[in-house]
Amino acid sequence: MKYIDEYRDPHAARRLAQAIAETTTRPWNIMEVCGGQTHAIIRFGLDEMLPREITLIHGPGCPVCVTPIEIIDKAVIIASRPDVIFCSFGDMLRVPGSQKDLFTVKSEGGDVRVVYSPMDAVALARKHPRQQVVFFAIGFETTAPANAMAVAQAARLGIENFSVLMSHVLVPPAICAVLDSPLNRVQAFLAAGHVCTITGTSEYGPIAEQYRVPIVVTGFEPLDVLGGVLKCVKQLEAGRCEVENEYARSVRPEGNKPALRQMKEVFRRVPRKWRGIGEIADSGLALQQRYADYDADRRFGVEQITAEEPAECIAGEVLQGHKRPYECPAFGTRCVPERPLGAPMISAEGACAAYYRYRRRATGQN
Amino acid sequence: MDDPRPDDVDFGCPVPLGNHANLQMAHGGGGRLMQRLIEEMFLPAFADDGSQEKTVPHDSAVLAVGGARLAFTTDSFVVSPLFFPGGDIGELAVYGTVNDLAMAGAKPVALSAGFILEEGLPMETLRRVVASMRKAAREVGVRIVTGDTKVVDRGKGDGIYINTAGVGVVPEGIDVSPNQVACGDAILLSGDLGRHAIAIMSVREGLAFEGALQSDCASLAGLVEAMLAAGSDIHCLRDLTRGGLASALNEIAHHARVGIELHEAAIAVAEPVAGACELLGLDPLYAANEGRLVAFVPVEAVDRVLQIMRGHPAAPQPAVIGTVTAEHVGLVELRGLLGGGRVVDLLSGEQMPRIC
Repeated sequence: MKYIDEYRDPHAARRLAQAIAETTTRPWNIMEVCGGQTHAIIRFGLDEMLPREITLIHGPGCPVCVTPIEIIDKAVIIASRPDVIFCSFGDMLRVPGSQKDLFTVKSEGGDVRVVYSPMDAVALARKHPRQQVVFFAIGFETTAPANAMAVAQAARLGIENFSVLMSHVLVPPAICAVLDSPLNRVQAFLAAGHVCTITGTSEYGPIAEQYRVPIVVTGFEPLDVLGGVLKCVKQLEAGRCEVENEYARSVRPEGNKPALRQMKEVFRRVPRKWRGIGEIADSGLALQQRYADYDADRRFGVEQITAEEPAECIAGEVLQGHKRPYECPAFGTRCVPERPLGAPMISAEGACAAYYRYRRRATGQN
Repeated sequence: MDDPRPDDVDFGCPVPLGNHANLQMAHGGGGRLMQRLIEEMFLPAFADDGSQEKTVPHDSAVLAVGGARLAFTTDSFVVSPLFFPGGDIGELAVYGTVNDLAMAGAKPVALSAGFILEEGLPMETLRRVVASMRKAAREVGVRIVTGDTKVVDRGKGDGIYINTAGVGVVPEGIDVSPNQVACGDAILLSGDLGRHAIAIMSVREGLAFEGALQSDCASLAGLVEAMLAAGSDIHCLRDLTRGGLASALNEIAHHARVGIELHEAAIAVAEPVAGACELLGLDPLYAANEGRLVAFVPVEAVDRVLQIMRGHPAAPQPAVIGTVTAEHVGLVELRGLLGGGRVVDLLSGEQMPRIC
C-alpha cells in the first residue's frame, strides 16, 4: 500500500535504529505526544528496537482519554433525553462517566449513534427536524476544522435542532503543562503529525526556545517514529533545541490555512479541564459568541455539572508521562477494557489500552 | 526496555455479568463480553446436566445417535443491508450454518429455515432472498427441510432475520475439534482477511472505497470434504466469522489450553481491505469473514493439506500462518513485520473506528 508499506520496511527500520544507537551516548527521555504514536510504538515493538538509554514516555495526546468525566456525565444526561439523537465517534461510547457510559445509555433506550463525520450529524438533524441532534465534538486540532465546518453549515442552512457538546483541546498548551510540572522528566518531544498538518509548526518554536527542548514533528508509521527519535537524539546530543519536521510529506510550516480560518470563524480559545490533569489555561476551544445557540451545554442546561474522577485511577499521571500504565496497581485487575476505571484503558489511542492489548504476557517476562 | 513489569498480575479477572444491567451490542460482538455471556449465562444453564463431560465450545455439537455421529448447529443472520457486494442474507444463512457443520468435519445433510419478517417488507425482496437460499443449498448439496415464519410489526425488525439450524453426519474416523489441537501443530489459513467486513461497511456506512470489493461469503463444505477425504490428519478447523482471525484463535487457545504464535508476514490482506482498515483505524485481524477457515494440522501433514487447499476455489490463498506452542498458554502472539512481538487479544466487543 502506497505511503504505508515503505514506512514499515524492516531493513530501513533497523538502519534507523542502528543510527539512533550510534548517536546515543547517554540516557534521554523523549515523549511522543500523540496516542496514535504510542500505539504504533507498542504495536510494532519500536521501543524494543531502541538502545537502553532512550526512554519513550507516553504523552497526553489521546482525545478520548483527556475528556473530563463531567463532560461524559453531560453527554449521558443529554443522550438519555427522549427528544435527542446523540451522535459521537465510536470511541467515546465506552468511556466511563461517574455513573455510566454512552453504551449503557444506548442499551437503556437512548438514541446514541456512531457517526464517522460531524457532517453526518448535520444530515441527521435535517432528516429528523422534530428531534434534537447533538454531536459530541471532541478531539485535538485534527478534528476541530471539520467540527467547526459542521456548526457553520448548520448555521448557514438554518438547522436549529443541531448542537454540539464541546470538548476540544489543543496540543501546545498541554506540552507546556507537561514541561511546567515539577515531576517532569521529558527532555524532547515527538509532536503529533496530524495536529501539525492542520496548525503548522509556528506555535512550537517559542516552546522549544523557552523551555530549551527539541520538538520534532513526527508521523505515525514505524519509520516516521524512528526518524523522529533520531532527530531528537541528534539535537539532544548536540545541545540544540529546535523545531524540526520529520513528517514533511504531510506537514507544511504554515499548516492548512482554510482549515485554520474555519476554526477561527467558529471557535475561540478558553481554559479547559483535562481528565486526570486539571485545568490548563487556553487549552480548549469553545464556540464563538455568534454560534452560541449551537452550544449543547447551554441548550440543555448542563453547564453547572461537575464530577470527581475515581481516586484509584492514575490516568493523569499516565497522561503526563509520570507513570507507566503497568505501574498502576489497578492495571489488568480492577481496570480492564470491559470495566475501565479511566479512559486510557478503552480508547483506541489510550496508553493503558496499548499495554493491555499488546504487552500482556502470561509469563510477564516482557 | 528494562522497566520492571509485574509478573503477578491476575489478568484472568472475570467481569461479573452484574456490571451490565442491560444487554449491550458488545454482548453479541464476538469478543470478550460475548464469551463471558456464554460462559456465565448459557453454559451453566444448559451444559450442566450431569451427563456430559465439560463442553468445549465448537462450531457444532457432535452427538452420538444410534451408532452414527451427528453434528448439530444453529446460527442467526441479522445482516444489514440484506444485499451486499458479493452476497446476500439468504446465501449467508445457508453457507454460515453449512460452514459450522463442516468445521466439525461433518457432511451437511439438512437445514431448517426460520424467518422473522417485518411488516411491509416488499414481497419481491423476500422472493430474491429465498431464491438465493435455494441456489446456495443446491450448490452445497444440502436440503432445507423444515421452517417457520413469523411476521413482526413494522419497525421491530430489519426487514428479514433468518435463523438456520443444520444437521450433518460426521464420517467414521473423523474427530475434528479444539480438543485435538496439539503443541507443534501448524496453523493454515485459507485466504486473505476482512473482505466481508469491509464490503458490508462500504455499503452500510456509505463509505466509498476504491475498487469493487466483494464479500468472501462462500461455502467451505467442499473444501473441508476434500481436505478430509485425502485421509489427512486434521486436528481442528474453525471458520472465521465475526471477530475475525484474532477472536477465533483466541477462543481455541483458551479452550485447548495452548499458546499460539502467528507470523504477520504470512497473513494475507487484500490491498483495498488493508487501505480501508488503515483509514478507519481497524485491525484486519479482527475483521469479519464469511468464507475463510483456519486448520490445525500436524507438521508432517502440512504439505499435503496445503496442496489440496491450493487446488480448491474456496481456498484462494492458503498459507501457513503460525504454530501451536506450549508457551504463553491461552494467549495469541504475533511476530510483527519489524520483528517485535505483541499479544493479539480478544476485544471486548466490536472494533470501533478511531477518531483521528
